Amino acid sequence: MPAEEIIADVYWIGAIDWNVRNFHGYTYNTKRGTTFNAYLILDDKITLIDTVFKPFAQEMLENISSIVSPEKIDYIIVNHLEPDHSGALPRIFEFCPKAKIFGSVKSKEGLYKHYYNQIGLDFQVVKTGDKLHLGKKTLTFIETPMIHWPDSMFTYLIEGEILFSNDAFGQHWASMERFDDQVNETVLMDEALKYYANILWPFSSLILRKIEEIQKLNIPLKIIAPSHGIIWRKNLNKIIQTYLAWAKNETKLKVVIAYETMYGSTEIMAKNIAKGIIDSQVEVKIFDINQIDRTEIIKEMFEAKAYLIGSSTHDNAMLPNMAGFLKFLRGLKPKGKFAGVFGSYGWGGGALKDIEEVLKETGIEIIQNPLAIQYVPDENQIKNCYEYGKDFILKLKKENQQNLNLISS
Amino acid sequence: MKKYQCTVCGYIYDPELGDPDNGINPGTSFEALPDNWTCPVCGADKNAFKLI
Repeated sequence: MPAEEIIADVYWIGAIDWNVRNFHGYTYNTKRGTTFNAYLILDDKITLIDTVFKPFAQEMLENISSIVSPEKIDYIIVNHLEPDHSGALPRIFEFCPKAKIFGSVKSKEGLYKHYYNQIGLDFQVVKTGDKLHLGKKTLTFIETPMIHWPDSMFTYLIEGEILFSNDAFGQHWASMERFDDQVNETVLMDEALKYYANILWPFSSLILRKIEEIQKLNIPLKIIAPSHGIIWRKNLNKIIQTYLAWAKNETKLKVVIAYETMYGSTEIMAKNIAKGIIDSQVEVKIFDINQIDRTEIIKEMFEAKAYLIGSSTHDNAMLPNMAGFLKFLRGLKPKGKFAGVFGSYGWGGGALKDIEEVLKETGIEIIQNPLAIQYVPDENQIKNCYEYGKDFILKLKKENQQNLNLISS
Repeated sequence: MKKYQCTVCGYIYDPELGDPDNGINPGTSFEALPDNWTCPVCGADKNAFKLI
């Protein structure tokens, strides 16, 4: 994908990964691929903002070369040291060994633990509010620790009113278009949500504080240029307001049923519980965790107020893929969620207690007794599942009302 | 003395080590940290810490 001018003398010079389907190891399913966005500013000092993942270094070099010789790069801003953004640094330094690096103090520590002697040693630590004059243009920096690594920071181009937000406001979406006014908004917001839910969810309290801090700075914003996906130049206010709502944990009265089944009984339970929820006029989504992309399920769980988790019993415990799934959910540190558990068993049981323990450790409140059925549910037990779904909604609405009362009192 | 862990990033405050980079001497208990002290890794408030 060729370089593209964003505003005069500021270019996108990143790379598109059309084929990647697993990201962060196997923790994120990038079903639409992704982009690695890096940016180039032409001024008295030729400045590179972030780079790309190592396998795409050549693509980035070609994009830079179409504008200016990479030997002429003076400054390199490292907003985030994660390899998908810093991986091309050693290759870049083959061309401009004297380039000066700018980044946070944690970036300095981490960068040299990644690249040892493969990059230049001229590193200037920057802090929030520091200014870097490039000639006619000026950059300033905002440290954003744990959004989403300790080293993370934003860079702001004062003259262009561009916020280079690195992973914040990003989405994994490979496309030939670069800007939000060129793409389908529904897909864009869906990918932004999925990114937030799977990567940024644990840091909501920090994100809320950081956005409020930036709003107080009252800096004008024309463009938000993240390091993955589409650049925001039309719907800036929408993505900022949406991030605020997400960071405030504004959820829907919606239930996600996620289950793992061995011979289909737990699945029958899931579907009949769902009927009770549907008849209670509440939104529900059902996922067999072995069939559905986990990244999508987590996106749904982020928005939902409550979960019903089901598993057959195996070796007196929950099934192993559900164990892994719940471990991942626990790492996302969900807050203000309610749950119930269900599942089929053969003799001793054990899965439901196992699930409840993990959910409690996660901070999820169990609001209903578990529903266990031996072997295959019969007609009466199927009715019990339906009633379990209806009863769960009554309890959920009660909890929700109590919470609303607490907020208003 | 008791150790506390940041619930945002996982950093552990060890009173024996303190946080010298931010002016906290070794031997300072968590309770004795100033209210405006924040996690040296992620900047979370003191109340984001839990006893471990």
